[in-house]
Formats: sequence, structure tokens, C-alpha cells
Amino acid sequence: MIGAEFVPLSLPPLLIGTFAAVACALPGNFLLLRRQALIGDAISHVVLPGIVVAFLLTGAISTWPMMLGAAGASVVAVALIEAIRRLGRIEPGAAMGVVFTTMFAAGVLLLEQTDTSTVHLDVEHALYGNLESLIWLDAIGWSSLWDPVALAGLPPELPRMALALLGVGLFVTVFWRPLKISTFDEGFAQAVGIATGPLGLALVVTAAIAAVAAFDAVGSIIVIAMFICPPASARMMTDQLEVQVGWSAIFATLSAILGYVLAGYGPLLIGLNDAVSAAGMIATVSGVILAICARFGPCRTRAGAPSGIS
Amino acid sequence: MVLLDALLLQLGYNATLVSLGAALLGAAAGITGTFLFLRKRALVSDAVSHATLPGVCVAFLLMAAFGGDGRNLAGLLLGSALSAWAGLCCLNWLTQRTRLAEDAAIGAVLSVFFGFGVVLLTVIQTLGVGRQAGLEGFLLGSTAGMLFSDALVIAAGGAGALVVILFARRALTLVAFDPDYATAQGLPVARIDMLMMGLVMAVTVVGLKIVGLILIVALLIIPAVTARFWTERSERVVLLAGVFGAVAAYFGAALSASAPNLPTGPLIVLVSFALFALSLMFAPGRGVLAAVVRQRRFQRRVHLRQGLLALAQGQPIYEALTLRLLRRSGLARADGVATESGKARAAKALRDEARWEVLRRDHAHGPAAALYDGLRAIETVLTADQIAEIDRKIGGPKEVRT
Repeated sequence: MIGAEFVPLSLPPLLIGTFAAVACALPGNFLLLRRQALIGDAISHVVLPGIVVAFLLTGAISTWPMMLGAAGASVVAVALIEAIRRLGRIEPGAAMGVVFTTMFAAGVLLLEQTDTSTVHLDVEHALYGNLESLIWLDAIGWSSLWDPVALAGLPPELPRMALALLGVGLFVTVFWRPLKISTFDEGFAQAVGIATGPLGLALVVTAAIAAVAAFDAVGSIIVIAMFICPPASARMMTDQLEVQVGWSAIFATLSAILGYVLAGYGPLLIGLNDAVSAAGMIATVSGVILAICARFGPCRTRAGAPSGIS
Repeated sequence: MVLLDALLLQLGYNATLVSLGAALLGAAAGITGTFLFLRKRALVSDAVSHATLPGVCVAFLLMAAFGGDGRNLAGLLLGSALSAWAGLCCLNWLTQRTRLAEDAAIGAVLSVFFGFGVVLLTVIQTLGVGRQAGLEGFLLGSTAGMLFSDALVIAAGGAGALVVILFARRALTLVAFDPDYATAQGLPVARIDMLMMGLVMAVTVVGLKIVGLILIVALLIIPAVTARFWTERSERVVLLAGVFGAVAAYFGAALSASAPNLPTGPLIVLVSFALFALSLMFAPGRGVLAAVVRQRRFQRRVHLRQGLLALAQGQPIYEALTLRLLRRSGLARADGVATESGKARAAKALRDEARWEVLRRDHAHGPAAALYDGLRAIETVLTADQIAEIDRKIGGPKEVRT
């Protein structure tokens, strides 16, 4: 591949997409096993009111207030879901449905009421992100990777996403044993002295951080897809958590790279002129991977289920 | 009062059409959603609604390719129904044939179908600017250019769903509450589940135009959850959910017509959330306020009872709430000494306690003794004769000395 085009135009989005995918897939493994898979869905919806409120307060599109707003909104959402579930004695799925739709609606309403014509802030952007536009104009080729002047012009999403991935990776590595034990046997975890409540909350917060960071760069579709599809595919491949996490990272990377390449070059192959949405394509590829794993994966059926019976 | 005008359908043809259509949709969604909620599968609707997007786009592409008007609502809705059905089949296959739990399957179907839909949306955008106008409206709903024929499609769909529910309501209720029993009764549970999902799909498809595919979930879930606060009977939950849904949708649509920049879908959702929040707080029985009142009442009874027992045994009372309660009901003076009526009530309380003790030692009274909780009046458990029998064992009443 020619460096002069590849490095400035394709390398940053590829890396950002991959980092975002893996950062979401890692906590997704635990959420999946804990039957909390839809937390990612809820978080990605409530991020919208968070950033709109942050925009209203600061009056500008700046990264950190928006990240804080989004993170704050996810915490509010989790607290509200829990409160409604307990106060109203409502099943968690319905409580979640009530909260995230309402917050999303509030976000859309706020957005419509605000004059955002001067800035790039709309619902479509929130949903699809703008992965393709994250280009690195200062780069002229592979040599730019060692050029500090050019490196300063990297899209800021790239270091941020790398940082988020690092944070998520650290969390999962440091708390590996307690996470694993409490995911599979909460009672036993409590008996050996693991604070399962705070740990569960920390997991959700980590997921929220990954989601918020990824959301900023790539939109909420990728976030939901990457929380669920790679871990679910990996679940079909193995019965061991270590291996599953490994597979999920591989699948996430594969989806990001394949999706990006297909979105950029696929339409040209079938005679269309312009690229299609990379975020949507990455989600689609992860779905295809899941379909293949669900059909042929060695561990696709429930453990102990007799073969031949659905 | 623009809002009043809007509520009274005085804001012109389009606003009237939208309000009426929304109310009908709200009723249909509330009623359908109730069965989904009672079956504990509320979020399946999220997967169904997101899965409509690729169908809308494919239908648009096909209709445009064959030279027709890509924006024909009936055609788009047909396409969305087909792809929602495909999404449902994927969901069922994933939950039944693989080890994935339902929530993971929902998330997978939702994100992948929606992602694919977005890919198709961008394809449509690249084919020609302007022609795709309106397709984005399916994400969040757009009522601005609603035609009479669109309203007819919505009305027909909503009415059709309601008729099907009217005929299938017993089976739907039974499956929602106890699928195992329904199986034992010989009902085709899998097919009834499919019927329920088909209804959800119909409501979703019909609602795409007004509230959009991201927010239609709210119309299916929130009214049902709201109605559940007010009654314990399933048929009333269904009816109330329909009423709440219709009220929220009508009000939301009217509000949105009353001022510019107020999108219909989000307003409908926010109005139904307001109804939900009110119910959560103030519903009798299951509401938060009712629970607080119940708790306070219980606390008072416990304190009063313990205070009376302390008075009867001549023990000093230090607890402030107990003292205050005793004083307020005229059972004790400010210094904690029992009044005449206080002495009488205390003597009775102590005597009842002694009666309960005898009762609980006697195995013949097992079931009655199990009702003892420290508060229950013994007269509600035993007849006068039985109490007299116990009194013979424990002797006559004793005076409380202070």
C-alpha cells in the first residue's frame, strides 16, 4: 500500500476504529456473561442528552466538558434505572426501556430547541459518528510516524481512544480474578471477601468510559455492536474466559479493519462512486462474524444440551 | 392559548390529522406493549424497531429502481415489516439454537440491523441528493408533511392490531403470565409468542412515521409500566395502558403543534414519562408515596404498642417518638406517666400479650399462633369463647400501678 495516501487518510481511522472496538469488546465480555449486555445499549442512548447539556453549559464543542457530560448522563441513567427498578418493583428490562428512551427523547428535544446551526452537533452524527473524517493532514508518508511536528497534528481522538483502551485494559487485568469469580459465582465471590457491589458498578463505569470515548469518535452504533457482537461470537468459540476475551479482541479488530476497508473500497468494486458509512459497515461485519460463529462455532450450543434437540 | 387550540384540534388540518393519528397509535402501542411487558420481554421491541431500518432503505431502493416514487409510505412500511420480521427470526434463532441469552441476542440484532441500515442510508445518499429526503425522518419521526393517506395507513394498522388483540387476548394473557401452564393447556405457545411479536412489529411499523424507530420503544413500554402501578388485574392494566398511551400521544402531538422546533416523537415520549413519574410517586398501593405512608403507619403502631407495654410494666420510656405518640393520643403525660385511658390501654395490651403467650404455647392453635407479629389484636384471631378459655388460665385483669 502506498504510504503517502494510506498514512494520512486511512491509518488514523483504522487505528481509532480498532481501539474503539477492542475497548468496548473487553468489558462487553463480562457484561455479556452477567446478563447485562443491554447496558451498552442504554449508555449509548443517554450519551446524547449528556453532550447536549454540556454544550448548552459551555456554549462550545469542546472535548472534555462533553465527555464529562456524557459520563455524567450514563451515571444518572444507571442510578435512575436502579431507582425505578427498586421503587416501582419493575423488571430491569422495562426499567431500562423507560429510562433510556426518555433521556434520549429529552436529548433530541434539547437539541432541536438549541441553535446548533453553527456547530457540528446533530442526532445523525451522534448515531453514526464521523470515522472517515478523522484524517491526519500533517502526514506525508510512513516517515511521519517518527516526525514530532507531524505527530502533533494527529486527530485528538486517536490518543484519547488509545488512552481509553489502555484504561479499560488495565482495569480488566488488575481486577481479573475478582471480576471472573464474581461474574460466574456471585455468592462465592462474596464469601471470599470480594466487594461484588462496587466491583459491578466499577465494571459499568468502565464500560461507560469506553462507550463515551468511542462514541465521540465513531458514533453509538459501533459502541452497541462492539459491546455485544465480538464477545457473543467469542462465546461460541470456547468455554474458557481467557480464551473468550482473546477471541473477542481478535473479532473486534477484524470487524473494525474489514468494516473500514469494505466501507471505503467495497462500493467502488460494485460500481458506486462514494464510500458508505464506516461505522455501519463495521457493525455489519461484526454481525456477519457473529452469524458465522453462531452457525459453526465449536461451543455454540448450551453446555449440557443434548445434541439434535433445539 | 395555542396549546388549548391544539388540544381542541383547532390548529388546522395537518395538526388535527397528526393528533388523531398519534392518539390511535398510542392506544394500540400501549395495549400491545402490555402483553410484552407482562411476558417480561419489553426490550425485544427495541430490537424489532431498530431492525426496520434496512427494510425501509431496501424498499426505497427497489421502488426507486423500478421508477416509482421511493417515498410511497405503504411500500416503505411493507419493507420495514419484512426486515423487522427477519430481525425477529434471527433473534429467536439466536436464543433458541445458541447459548446466547435473550438480552445479548437483542443487542446483537439491534446493532447489526441498524448498522446495516445506516450503510444503506449512505448508499441512498450517494445515489442522488434530495431524493432521499424523508428517510432520515424514520429515525426520529417527522409529522410535518403527513398526508391523509399516511394517516389512513396508520389508522388501519392500529385498528387491525387492536382487533387481533381483541380476539386473542385470553391466549396472550395466559402465555404472558404462565407459559408452562399454557403449554399444559395445549396452547401453541411458540405461535402465540410469534403473534405477540407480529403485533409489536405492526405497531412499530405503523409508528415509524410519527415517533420514529428509536423512540417507538418508549410507546410500547412506558404506558404498560405506568398502568401496572394502578391495578393488579391484567385486563385493567391492558385498558389503562391503552388510555395512557392515547393520552400521552395526543397531548404530545398537540404540544408539538403549539410551537415551532418541538419534535413530535420526543414530546410524546416525555409526556408518557411524566405520566409514569406521577404514577410512580402517587399511585395507590404500588406508588412511592403510598409505600411511605404505609411504612409510617406501621412504625407508629409498633411504637405505640411497645410504649403501652412499657407503661404496663412500669418501665420508663426514653424513646422520643414513642413518647410523642403516646402523648398525642392522650395515653401519657409529658413526663411519661400514663393517664387513666393510658393505664387502661396498657393493661389491655399486657393482657393481650399474656393471652398470645398462652396461645403460642398451645399446639392446638398452630395456625392462629403463626399470625402473631406483635401488633395483631387477638380478637381478630380467636372467638370470644376461646379468649375466655385462655383468660381462665391466666386469671383476671391486673391494674397498672404508676
